[in-house]
Amino acid sequence: MLFESVLITIATAATPLLLAAIGELVVERSGVLNLGVEGMMVMGAVCGFGAAALTGSPWLGVLAAVAAGSLFSLLFGFLTLSIATNQVATGLSLTLLGLGLSSMIGEAFVGSAGTKLPTLAAGLGAVPVVGPPLQNLLTNLAELPLIGRFLFGQDPIFYISILLVVGVAWFLFRTRAGLTLRSVGDNHASAHALGINVLGIRYLAVMFGGACAGLAGGHLSLVYTPQWVENMTAGRGWIALALVVFASWRPLRVLAGAYLFGAVTIGQLHAQAMGFGIPSQLLSAMPYLATILVLVLISRNRRLTLMNTPASLGQPFVPDR
Amino acid sequence: MRVELVKRPQHSKLFSALSPLIALALTLLCGAAIFAALGKNPAEGLYFYFIDPLREVWSLHELAVKAGPLILIAVGLSVCYLSNNWNIGAEGQFIIGAIAGASLPVLLPDFQSPVVLPLMLIFGMLGGAAYASIPAFLKTRFGTNEILTSLMLVYVAQLFLDWLVRGPWRDPAGNNFPLTRRFHPDAVLPEIMPTSGSAHWGIVFALVAAVVVWFLVSRTIKGFEVRVLGASPRAGRFAGFSGKRMVFFAFLLSGALAGLAGISEVSGAIGYLQPVISPGYGFTAIIVAFLGRLNPLGIVAAGFVLALTYLGGEAAQISLGMSDKVARVFQGMLLFFVLGCDTLIHYRVRFAGRGDSMAEAR
Repeated sequence: MLFESVLITIATAATPLLLAAIGELVVERSGVLNLGVEGMMVMGAVCGFGAAALTGSPWLGVLAAVAAGSLFSLLFGFLTLSIATNQVATGLSLTLLGLGLSSMIGEAFVGSAGTKLPTLAAGLGAVPVVGPPLQNLLTNLAELPLIGRFLFGQDPIFYISILLVVGVAWFLFRTRAGLTLRSVGDNHASAHALGINVLGIRYLAVMFGGACAGLAGGHLSLVYTPQWVENMTAGRGWIALALVVFASWRPLRVLAGAYLFGAVTIGQLHAQAMGFGIPSQLLSAMPYLATILVLVLISRNRRLTLMNTPASLGQPFVPDR
Repeated sequence: MRVELVKRPQHSKLFSALSPLIALALTLLCGAAIFAALGKNPAEGLYFYFIDPLREVWSLHELAVKAGPLILIAVGLSVCYLSNNWNIGAEGQFIIGAIAGASLPVLLPDFQSPVVLPLMLIFGMLGGAAYASIPAFLKTRFGTNEILTSLMLVYVAQLFLDWLVRGPWRDPAGNNFPLTRRFHPDAVLPEIMPTSGSAHWGIVFALVAAVVVWFLVSRTIKGFEVRVLGASPRAGRFAGFSGKRMVFFAFLLSGALAGLAGISEVSGAIGYLQPVISPGYGFTAIIVAFLGRLNPLGIVAAGFVLALTYLGGEAAQISLGMSDKVARVFQGMLLFFVLGCDTLIHYRVRFAGRGDSMAEAR
């Protein structure tokens, strides 16, 4: 039982990191560095929570989170793509604006009771005709020992996050469109010369990244801790950015990295609960210190990093007409 | 319709000067729209935000108190950004500088002498520089991305300060409040004109730093090196400049200035350490640096503008019952508009329908 509940809490901590990182991975593969993940995530969290509180439906909350993230990313897209601003600075400003805007919007929701997103099984149960048998099936499967609840008893966003990783891996490396996206990220001038709409593809990638970051935020405020707290993302957007580097821009490694960080987060929380006499602040700093450590370890191998980094990453592209 | 950028043969002097002003105007317009959306009178809102704080002498002092750390930090960051080193962890360097400087009056309260204050300021600078040297070292030694490491260290610094004031440095006579003992008089940064308001010497440090760094960047060979390595690392290498040494130079300079800002704030404005000592100065200073177009003298003006948003936030909260969070929205919007307007310096922007560009292609 303990094993199972630890596994599930790790998944809950890892899912927002995974979602934000897999979205940013696609953005960076298209050659754009969006440092605004934290801002898009926190906008998703506040809009998701707000929509759920106002309508009473956590499902609408999830939709609102996704919409908020991708709309907010359009701001970044317009500046960096249409008017070719510096991507690093613009991403930073997206984060700063997102943190400010979310705390302004969220002021009305501080302290109000959240609505938690039901599990996939419970959600399916509400669907007419086909729903109840599926709910029965999942509920029974969740009774399986050790991993039953991990595999069959979780919230829908968990399943979406896993599907997204598989989907992105397939898209990037098994489809023509994915090849096009990677070519834009590796050499935008050549891609442009071949008649590929570089900016169009980058716009789509940026919006996809925004939608993923928004969903990650929605997971925080509708599943992880169903309430609104100012700055509740607490640096997770930045950790997601580090995960993309750690994963050397590979989707399945992002999955591994996110669960590793989920485990670190949950491990330090359990250690805090048990005491051990270690200052809780040191334990709380663990995920951040682990991020630095992981970045150092991965960047020590320069050839590996150079080989995998999208070659046009962070460079603005202005088509000459 | 779509946006087309046409590269200017030379960058526009006119828009270099105008772009921050256009950005400010656009921010004010959007601000008015936000006030209207919140059901307030836009003119009244803008008045309380941007005019009211300038009408009283004491609040001009407050403005200087807030502008000091912003200018100090932003001046250092400008050297980083000009040389293409993305230090976004100034908030952490500010905190560590404050802790290093405060160690004297907190740990050695009986050591009271006129040398305490200068020592504290030096400790503050050393602390900030030492903390900034971590991302610099990791970048030069392992090629680790300095954006992420410097940012992560902000969270670590905040937690470290929290631990200190709740644990070993907590004032034993302080009723369990998470505060250190109050600094003794020799450890307090004096006010400039105690009779008229609370501005302390921090703003003077900021102005001096701005002039010195302006001279350094625009009039010395080192400043040339900063700009060459920032614009083209390859050209810099041909000129015999060392990129690695520049990383350290930029990080140590900006860390020292952020640390000085930290200890000045704690010693001049607060008087003890507490769990939170900065309302995000380290991040707001990024906006100041860009609004000042990475020019130390421009940064002085920009620092006062951003300081005004802090004061205006408080004023509007008191007079209009508005959330003080609006200030952070203003700050975020401002940076967006500044970056957007900077495009005008290097490009001409054309709004073209599809038909137009087809015609031109033929």
